[in-house]
Amino acid sequence: MEIPMICYLLPALFMFCCGVYGFITRKNMIAMLISLELMLNGVDLNFVVFNRYLFPGSLDGMMFTLFAIAIAAAETALAIAIIINVFRIAKDIDVQDLTKMKF
Amino acid sequence: MVSVGSFIAYLIIALVMVIFSVLAVTTRKILRAATYLLFVLFATAAAYFQLDYEFLGAVQIAVYAGGIVVLFVFSILLTSHPGDNTAVLKTKKRIPALIGSVALFALVAWSLIDRVCDYVSIPKMSFLTMKDLGTSLMGTGHGQYLLPFEAVSVLLLACIIGGIVIARKR
Amino acid sequence: MESTLPILILALPLFTFLLLGLLGKYMKHGLAGCIGTASMGVTATLAYITAFTYFFSGSPLFMNAFGERLQSIVFNVTWLQFTPDIVDAAGQVIKSGLAIRLGFLLDSISAMMLIVITTISFMVHLYSNGYMRDHDGTPEKGFQRFFAYLSLFSFSMLGLVVATNIFQMYIFWELVGASSYLLIGFYYTKPSAVSASKKAFIVTRFADLGFLIGILILSYYTGTFNFTELTSAPVAGMDNTFAVSLGTAENIKNIFATSAAPVFLGGSVLTWALVLIFVGGMGKSAMMPLHIWLPDAMEGPTPVSALIHAATMVVAGVYLVARLFPLYLMEITSLEIVTIVGAVTAFYAAMVACTQVDIKRVLAFSTISQIAFMMVSLGVARPEYHHGLGYMASMFHLFTHAMFKALLFLGAGAIIHAVGTNDYTGMHGLRKYMPVTHWTFLIGCLAIAGIIPFAGFFSKDEILTAVFGESLYGYLWMTCVAGMTAFYMFRLYFLIFWWKDHKVHGHHAPKDQPWTMTVPLVFLAVMSICAGWFPFGNLVTWNGHPMFEHLSFWTNIDNLNWFVAAVSMVTALGGIGLAWVMYQKENDLPQKAAKLIPNLWDWCYHRFYWDELYMWVTHSVIFRGICKPIAWFDRHIIDGSMNGLAFVTNKLSVAIKGLQSGSTQRYVWFYLVGAVILALITAICTI
Repeated sequence: MEIPMICYLLPALFMFCCGVYGFITRKNMIAMLISLELMLNGVDLNFVVFNRYLFPGSLDGMMFTLFAIAIAAAETALAIAIIINVFRIAKDIDVQDLTKMKF
Repeated sequence: MVSVGSFIAYLIIALVMVIFSVLAVTTRKILRAATYLLFVLFATAAAYFQLDYEFLGAVQIAVYAGGIVVLFVFSILLTSHPGDNTAVLKTKKRIPALIGSVALFALVAWSLIDRVCDYVSIPKMSFLTMKDLGTSLMGTGHGQYLLPFEAVSVLLLACIIGGIVIARKR
Repeated sequence: MESTLPILILALPLFTFLLLGLLGKYMKHGLAGCIGTASMGVTATLAYITAFTYFFSGSPLFMNAFGERLQSIVFNVTWLQFTPDIVDAAGQVIKSGLAIRLGFLLDSISAMMLIVITTISFMVHLYSNGYMRDHDGTPEKGFQRFFAYLSLFSFSMLGLVVATNIFQMYIFWELVGASSYLLIGFYYTKPSAVSASKKAFIVTRFADLGFLIGILILSYYTGTFNFTELTSAPVAGMDNTFAVSLGTAENIKNIFATSAAPVFLGGSVLTWALVLIFVGGMGKSAMMPLHIWLPDAMEGPTPVSALIHAATMVVAGVYLVARLFPLYLMEITSLEIVTIVGAVTAFYAAMVACTQVDIKRVLAFSTISQIAFMMVSLGVARPEYHHGLGYMASMFHLFTHAMFKALLFLGAGAIIHAVGTNDYTGMHGLRKYMPVTHWTFLIGCLAIAGIIPFAGFFSKDEILTAVFGESLYGYLWMTCVAGMTAFYMFRLYFLIFWWKDHKVHGHHAPKDQPWTMTVPLVFLAVMSICAGWFPFGNLVTWNGHPMFEHLSFWTNIDNLNWFVAAVSMVTALGGIGLAWVMYQKENDLPQKAAKLIPNLWDWCYHRFYWDELYMWVTHSVIFRGICKPIAWFDRHIIDGSMNGLAFVTNKLSVAIKGLQSGSTQRYVWFYLVGAVILALITAICTI
């Protein structure tokens, strides 16, 4: 039994598309962030799969994923700090209602 | 050739990924969404293990599952009352998003199937030792990533400081 | 002659203007008045010295061996050089190129004008010290500004008369126009003064357009602006006479005859140039139909009316024609136009003056009529007849008229100042209250009416003689006008000083004014008596050649044409007699006379509806016919296209405003759809 490359790529792609859908539809900022993580994760998986199947001798894709995880962690931490701050000020983290600085 | 066990494992992993991805973006309870995300992340880590990148899988579990999701849970608990449902979305907004993501999926899937169907088997790969990882992280030659490593460390530092500055009480 | 004096004559008033204009605010009123008056006094002295040097020194610069007076350029500074001078091998300038120069030309008329301007200006300065105060002696608001403007005007007028070239004249011509504008609108809080100043400015500007075009035509064909080159040329062996020498006349005629100069509407180019220049003069001198500004200009303070709108600026048109007289002589048609315009205006203004109730307006129309006299006189001047008697008579009348009309205006100013109204109905019977004003005003009236020992008699008589020599009908016409002059002046006199006893209004009876106002009156009255006795024909003639061989005190009497003199005396006395009958005592003859000719009286009273005609033309024809469509075009087509552009942009931005919603999710969706579409297109293209 072989597992072709496409079998990894399609779930990753599906994950990504779910992330996109969630990002567009969600109103809660944390939920949007979760969708974002989903997208990132799908891309990470893509890197790894391509690395494994096409360039088994090198570690470039894996390194990308490693760094992407680190950056995602940083980004999430910062985003959550912002969200908590917003919540403190506006008592709400619904993006649709946060229009105070729009115009 | 991989064993039947591995294949079954793969099927489970893929299934978990797909199902929980969908759930993570559709559930109305935000805490559940975080939980489903955790499952997806675990599944991804499992996929890494299956692709022989044990270190990456460990990192995935440690950083994502252990760090980020915990952060999520904390912030969710800080910003909303447990049990709150997010409002039901209007169809008007959901349908375009659905169309967009489905179109994206179809397009990319079609092009993937068109291009990468030839790669059917996992090529052999020498066992990845920590030494290999270390040399590729701590070197400046070809395929070595000292500079991004340092950049990420600075980024993390900046992020820590930024997090403190933003979130602290005035 | 050194050029120091002439430079000072111009520089002193200018300096005074700057001093009072810039620092006047920080001065005491009296000090400003003193500075202005003293400066003008010094200028007058300098001008007298210059003029006497010119007339009586007998220096070869000013008079040649035959006793003819010469034109002398005291200094001439090139300001703008248009074309280079033509130089011969030895470096001598053969023909100077076209250039605008500023200089000082001294000849008999400019010397005479120097005297007139500085004298009247000095008197008016002195007079204004009293006039521009209220009854308690408190100076009016803007006292210093008034003196600054007076100095500016004096500077401009002096610069105008001593201009060495027609362009310098034009520059100063505009300057006097500007200062006239400023002075008419001196009481700028009064709407009538503001509109009068605008009217004067616009009408004279309109006329100056003609002047400018005339200058351009003339200089285009002759290649020079200089009066000396236009009207005379140094001929070998002879000194320059400021008559046009035969050589120059031929030369200029040739220029116009041979330069393929087009004939336009039946007139040669030279005729057109001269007529257009005369149009400028018409505007300044208030000839019909450009006279409408002068009566309104009486809104200015009365000393200004005396200085600018009676004695000096309004005669600039006469001076201009006199200055270019040799050129006008080349085209008799243009002189005839001058004559006709003058004659019509003289009669018209005299008729209108008979019915006006505002004393300053009567004087204004009288001024128009008298200036028209000068124009007629210039128009009939021919070298063949009495050595160009008309020219000399015109200048003579200019001189005497300046004296007695300034006197009349200053007298009127004194009366207005005392009574507080311009309307004679508020005056009547003032002779007991203001004896000095009364007597000097009477002298002025006698002078303008042309009674024998007074100045007006001699000058008017010479004019009538000159007209008589040219045309009998013209003579009758002008004699008629002279009779009317006597009538309306004495009508004015009787209505102010007789008619009935004065009813004292307010808290004090009118009385003679302070010495600053009476001294000028007395001085000008003396001048009005004796100015006629000057042997003017020996001082000012069109070619510099003295008219009389033997000079004595009786020269002017000896050279009278006794027929003309007798007729004009009879006419004048007839006019005075009629005025006596009608206006000496209160009676109803004037109403009866008005009822006898109601239409004519109405037309005269409304100044023949000229103002209404202009209003109709400007409002109905120009505004409604031309400006309105243009405004419509501007508003609807030009503005409309701009508004349309703005409207479309506005609508467009409203339409696409939704894209810029600020909602990240929407952006993501757009991005996603865009990416998908782009990818699809790429995919389809690569298949």
